[in-house]
Amino acid sequence: MRLRWSMGLAVALFTSVLFGSENLVEFSDESLRSRYQTLITELRCPKCQNQNLADSNAPISKDLREEIQRMLEQKMSDREIKYHLTSRYSEFILYRPDVNKTTYLLWGSPFAILLIGLLAALRLNRRNKIDVGSLDKTVIDQESRIAELLKSGEDDK
Amino acid sequence: MKVVGGLFLNRLALFLPLVLFAALTIVLLLGLDKDPSELPSVLVGEPFPSFSLPALHDADKTLDERDVIGEVVLVNIWATWCFACRIEHAMLNQLAEQGVKVIGLNYKDNREAAITWLNERGDPYAFSVFDERGRLGIDLGVYGAPETYLLDATGTIRHRRVGVVDDRVWNNEFRDLYAQLMAVQR
Amino acid sequence: MTVELGHIALIIALCLACIQAVVPMVGSFSGYTHWMRVGHSMAVGQFVFVALSFACLTAAFIQDDFSVAYVANNSNTLLPLQFKISAVWGAHEGSLLLWALILSGWSTAVALCSGKLPLILSARVLSVLGAISVGFALFLLLTSNPFDRILPIPPLEGGDLNPLLQDFGLIVHPPMLYMGYVGFSVPFAFAIAALIGGQFDSAWARWSRPWINIAWVFLTIGISLGSWWAYYELGWGGWWFWDPVENASFMPWLAGTALMHSIAATEKRGVFRSWTLLLAILTFSLSLLGTFLVRSGILTSVHAFASDPERGIFILIFLGIVVGGSLLLFALRGPTMRSVTTYSGWSRETMLLINNVFLVSSMAMILIGTLYPLLADVLDMGKISVGPPYFNIFFVPLMSGLMICLGFAGFTRWKNTEGRALLHKGVIPSIVSLVMAFVLPMFMVDKLSWSNYSLTAVVTLLLVLWVVTMSLEDLWLKSRGKLSSLRGLSGSYWGMLVAHIGLAVCALGVGLSTAYDAQTDLRMLPGDKTELGGYQFQFVGVERVQGPNFIAYRGNVEVKSGGELIVRLSPEKRNYTSGGQVMTEADIDGQLHRDLYVSLGEPLGNQAWAIRFQVKPFVRCIWLGGLLIGLGGLLAALDKRYRRRRLRKGADESSGGLVFE
Repeated sequence: MRLRWSMGLAVALFTSVLFGSENLVEFSDESLRSRYQTLITELRCPKCQNQNLADSNAPISKDLREEIQRMLEQKMSDREIKYHLTSRYSEFILYRPDVNKTTYLLWGSPFAILLIGLLAALRLNRRNKIDVGSLDKTVIDQESRIAELLKSGEDDK
Repeated sequence: MKVVGGLFLNRLALFLPLVLFAALTIVLLLGLDKDPSELPSVLVGEPFPSFSLPALHDADKTLDERDVIGEVVLVNIWATWCFACRIEHAMLNQLAEQGVKVIGLNYKDNREAAITWLNERGDPYAFSVFDERGRLGIDLGVYGAPETYLLDATGTIRHRRVGVVDDRVWNNEFRDLYAQLMAVQR
Repeated sequence: MTVELGHIALIIALCLACIQAVVPMVGSFSGYTHWMRVGHSMAVGQFVFVALSFACLTAAFIQDDFSVAYVANNSNTLLPLQFKISAVWGAHEGSLLLWALILSGWSTAVALCSGKLPLILSARVLSVLGAISVGFALFLLLTSNPFDRILPIPPLEGGDLNPLLQDFGLIVHPPMLYMGYVGFSVPFAFAIAALIGGQFDSAWARWSRPWINIAWVFLTIGISLGSWWAYYELGWGGWWFWDPVENASFMPWLAGTALMHSIAATEKRGVFRSWTLLLAILTFSLSLLGTFLVRSGILTSVHAFASDPERGIFILIFLGIVVGGSLLLFALRGPTMRSVTTYSGWSRETMLLINNVFLVSSMAMILIGTLYPLLADVLDMGKISVGPPYFNIFFVPLMSGLMICLGFAGFTRWKNTEGRALLHKGVIPSIVSLVMAFVLPMFMVDKLSWSNYSLTAVVTLLLVLWVVTMSLEDLWLKSRGKLSSLRGLSGSYWGMLVAHIGLAVCALGVGLSTAYDAQTDLRMLPGDKTELGGYQFQFVGVERVQGPNFIAYRGNVEVKSGGELIVRLSPEKRNYTSGGQVMTEADIDGQLHRDLYVSLGEPLGNQAWAIRFQVKPFVRCIWLGGLLIGLGGLLAALDKRYRRRRLRKGADESSGGLVFE
């Protein structure tokens, strides 16, 4: 256990022990708290300049946090809570946009770009390999020697 | 021939960044006209949400959506802490004088302060709903006062304005639609 | 009077920039040597006049000259002196003047260091830089003049500098960032000059490499500082928000990193020539795009400048001319012939290409995510938001892939590396990192259970240890275990090593602070205690304090560990008197392995306060890693080979193949 000090996190990380102090947001069931945290970090304050509900001090964010807390206590699922809010405040408040026909391009293009990139790199690599194989060995040697000579000459300039 | 064709294709490929950039520029140019902070109104075309809240002037009287539905009406979200509402207030008084029915939704406010405000500045509202906690506000998707909704006789939301309604906004966004809805109602 | 002097100096600078843009370029085509030399002196002259203009604006701030609109809006008499100076670049107009100053500074540096360059090349480079200066000077004078007066009745007192910006962070962050942004104009100008001249040999690549390195170092440090500043100043403990403005600085960094790597292959092996040219154009274009996004008000952001559509149009036209023009030039004159040299298998060329694929894909993903809400709005598909969840989903795997490849960086050789040899070298490091990555998380929590064994931590440690052990193994093999031979390794090799380990350190901070972050929001009465992450926090109380230009509530929190008092933290809630803004000033006790972060929320009546306590393990490694990455770039830039005229022949082969060689 010598490593303990170095991590500095000895006691349970996921719960906090309270002495007199109260949680600002109370839940009947503590398991709701992590869902609450995720929801308020992934939902956007509708009034602010790009802030989530967790970080925003705007009154509307406070109201929406309370609303989310209330809905969690009513045993609504994350999906239902998000639907409840987007049907009032629109998709704008979702920081993680749903996958639908508006966002196919958004969610699909990173995959497409990576794939095209890797394929292009692979193709370039293979093309260079074939070049090596298909050309006469001596020609390559000569060519690369010329290139080296040109290069070293230029280095010396 | 093959080499020439290959070179031509290579040259064509070099145009790709330019084409992508041109597309980007067009998007940016069109984007300059858009206001990124304005939210779309999801509730337009939807029925006015149900609620059950006290009246501003009479804490014992409970109002609900049936009090709002029935005729063409403007629902105005206002509060005494809202600076822009002061600017808007004269316009609402004027509309009320012209016979437009305006219902107030006093949003997250202090009851006495709100009543005093109406006594001082005139009361354009047929009645005001007192939404102390902002619950109806959330159901309407309100994110800042003032906001104004135009409802038809069936209680469907037909238009929403976030921000002040002044002469220009009324003439551009509300007047024709209002006249049209009134014609249907008669 | 000083103000008019500053205004006139700026106009003179514009005239000089015009001459710098036109005369050397014309000279380079008609072969007039005298004309070609003009650019050098114009660049220096332009720098002198922009600096004079900047000094005048600074003087106006120090003297509280509120007849100048920009000063009146962003300063007041109560503002401490250091913030009056940094307020010069605190808002749109002044920061643009800073941009112009730095641009002319870089141009001057090019003019002074271009002795060894062929005159025709340096003339064209300076001409391109001059043309960019013309654009910015016009932008300043036509749409954003910082010297505009409020006449005839100037206000007696100014507004105030945004309290968020009244901080050490603002003094250093923007200048660093702009040094980076603008620094990429130099490789851009080199690329354009190469395209105009039609010469794509490795010479242009060699000449622009040190410039790229230096600009990249500034940008790296600028971004790290910005992240650190957001962390302690915004008050909620976040350090990266994927905000459009942050993305605007991160995209050129990713493209610049790709450029740094691909230009190594272009210089050494003559491969990827058109790709490297394109990256050089792209990196600076992204800097300009960032300027547009931040200043046009086209996207909502926490940090955006006050927007103005007129400015938006101006930058967009400028962007269209500069970027569109250079891409057109690239399309018409870019090299289509493939290079003679070949490579195969797991050669260094291949690895650099894969590195570029990861970096450029990340950049493209961020660009798409940042602009998608705009695209959706323009196409009337509704308003959507793209936020941290989206960026993290893609960015984390992409960077993980990059780090796996990065482990091999030192071992690969130009032309051809045998795949099997590479795999052999990976055996020991992969065993070590696998074992350590699964074992270490057990020691990071007190009572191990399935619920607190963090998979995030395992993956992070796996990648970090992989990069570190591979780098160290490479160092060991290169030095053959002897300390004395360490000195023989080149600056670029050390640069690569330090930067790669820096990335690992940064990733360690990101991964572990995410995995083990502990946070709680509490309602506290004086005397209340709580325990979090092994620390006992006691709330002592709140007092009212008077600052130079604010009144604050200052909380007093004692932190104990094992009964011993470690530190007293005093988070504040400040109320700035001039503008009435309320600021949460968190208090942090920072150590390498953890930060204790306390911020004061709202008063809840009866002396009770809402307080947020956070314990953030290893969060400091994020910025330490950033600094190491920057240091790596600096070491590479200081490599002797850039200063010596004669190069060691065949150095790239004998020293075992170095990325930056």
